[in-house]
Amino acid sequence: MNHRIRWWTYLLLGLAVFACLFPLYWMFVVASTDSATARQMPPEILPGGNFFHLAGLVFATVPFLRSIVNSLIVAGTIGIGHAVLCSLAGFAFAKLRFPGRNVLFLIVVLTMTVPTQLGVIPQYMIISSLNWVDTLQALIVPGLASAFGIFWMRQHIGATISDEILQAARIDGATTWQIFWRIAFPLVRPAAFVLGLLGFVTAWNDFLWPFIVLKSPEMYTTQIAIKALQNSFDIDLGLAMSGSFLATLPLLVLFVFVGRRMVAGIMDGAFKG
Amino acid sequence: MTTTLSTSRAASTPPAVPTRVRQSIRERVAPYAYVAPFFLIFAVFGLVPLLFTFYVALFDWNPIGERVFIGLDNFTRLLDDARFWNAAWNTISIWLLSTVPQLLLALGLAHLLNQARLRLAVFFRMSMLVPYITSVAATAIVFAQMFDRDYGLLNWMLGLVGVEPIDFKQSVWGSHLLIAAMVTWRWFGYTTLLYLASLQAIPRSLYEAAAVDGAGGWKQFRHISIPSLRPVIVFTIVTSTIGGLQIFTEPLLISRVSAVTCGPVRQCQTLTLFLYEQGFGQFQFGYGAAIGVALFLLIIVMATINYVLSTRTRSERS
Repeated sequence: MNHRIRWWTYLLLGLAVFACLFPLYWMFVVASTDSATARQMPPEILPGGNFFHLAGLVFATVPFLRSIVNSLIVAGTIGIGHAVLCSLAGFAFAKLRFPGRNVLFLIVVLTMTVPTQLGVIPQYMIISSLNWVDTLQALIVPGLASAFGIFWMRQHIGATISDEILQAARIDGATTWQIFWRIAFPLVRPAAFVLGLLGFVTAWNDFLWPFIVLKSPEMYTTQIAIKALQNSFDIDLGLAMSGSFLATLPLLVLFVFVGRRMVAGIMDGAFKG
Repeated sequence: MTTTLSTSRAASTPPAVPTRVRQSIRERVAPYAYVAPFFLIFAVFGLVPLLFTFYVALFDWNPIGERVFIGLDNFTRLLDDARFWNAAWNTISIWLLSTVPQLLLALGLAHLLNQARLRLAVFFRMSMLVPYITSVAATAIVFAQMFDRDYGLLNWMLGLVGVEPIDFKQSVWGSHLLIAAMVTWRWFGYTTLLYLASLQAIPRSLYEAAAVDGAGGWKQFRHISIPSLRPVIVFTIVTSTIGGLQIFTEPLLISRVSAVTCGPVRQCQTLTLFLYEQGFGQFQFGYGAAIGVALFLLIIVMATINYVLSTRTRSERS
């Protein structure tokens, strides 16, 4: 363990990295060739010059720009919702004293194991009776907070914020809301930020629920737009692939900037020991 | 499958801010107001629909037509339905093919990444999270292309070593392997990071002492790393059961033509796809809900078996 690292360690890790990145590279390769080249054997393994043509076709075939805006609205709101609502609940569970606290928290933890996706038919009925079919709030509202997020924020608030600060603020006459918003939340903002990111990524990539709820092309999120691209042309693989690549690109760009914090956040939230 | 857990570092600290002592009603209800949004959302969009599924399953329920109470008829019909058993088998097969390699791979990689003085550690970790941020829809489309019978990269490479082209999408095993490959690809890096986090919490001195006693890399891995990873392994097994049995998007998107059946002979139709086909394709809400109930039971049974198995091996070994 403590010895020099063997060369095959790097070989194996290199292979894993290659396996992780290659499909994205391949996505771009197919998204940048014409369909004749995409079907030649042996396959062309370098990107072609057709990317902008296909990308233009993507925007012409489905309202793709609109779908990106829709995805940003949905994922952005859910990300913010997660950061704020889960922080609030996490704060209450970590630092406030109220009857039923332990029972309520136990319920939160238990809900993490409930496979709620199986209720899609009644979920659809509820959305339908609210007249929310084919709207973005049908995607946003159910995802605004999660049990996982509450658990996550409770851990971080419990670990980062000392009781003395909060008591001092209380003695100075601060209300509970002021204590949360002025003292607790700013202190755990990094953790809330990572949680918001995780919520954003999950919402951006969600497929089943938008697939059920959304009907009209102007309401599509990027994931449903990809599906529509896959249907719309007979066998133009390059088109579906450009759509996939374009829908992944915003997250890749985001990841370049915040990937380090996301990795740290995920590892921070994991079991330790 | 996106959940992680931490040890209850903060679990037993006493609450810092007493809200009950001589305070206004507003202050007293504040904690409830803070936790209310989650409970409200979960009740309306999670719990109630799930419970309501059990109710709808007892009806012949059409979204526009009338609803007729038929008791357990949907379930007896389900048990006689070859499509149901086919979907159940596909679901279990795909889940096993994707979970087992994924967890083993993550275990090995986490071990490699845990070495002190590893160069490029941040680069390795970040690369492994790239599949996680890639959407399932995009993954499904690129993998379907790479595994294509006629134009796929994989079959071309297999052809170089003299293997006949495999029709992954059309054959049962082929399509299951293809879907499992996508799921494994998307999740192994994330799981690796969870395992790595646990490994890093083990004091290095433990490994050093073992090395002094003459334990090699494998022995250290078996007797120090694996035991400390048990809680997170149990956790990932249970979550991948819950998530893995609900697979939907991957099979839906690998074949363009017969999407909801995942191929002409339903070779990769999972239970969630079958639910979707019956509920939203055929508008048989009652029958679709019955499939949801069956899937729910399957998940509970599998998660319990997994949990018991993985905790039992723990007590036998230690």
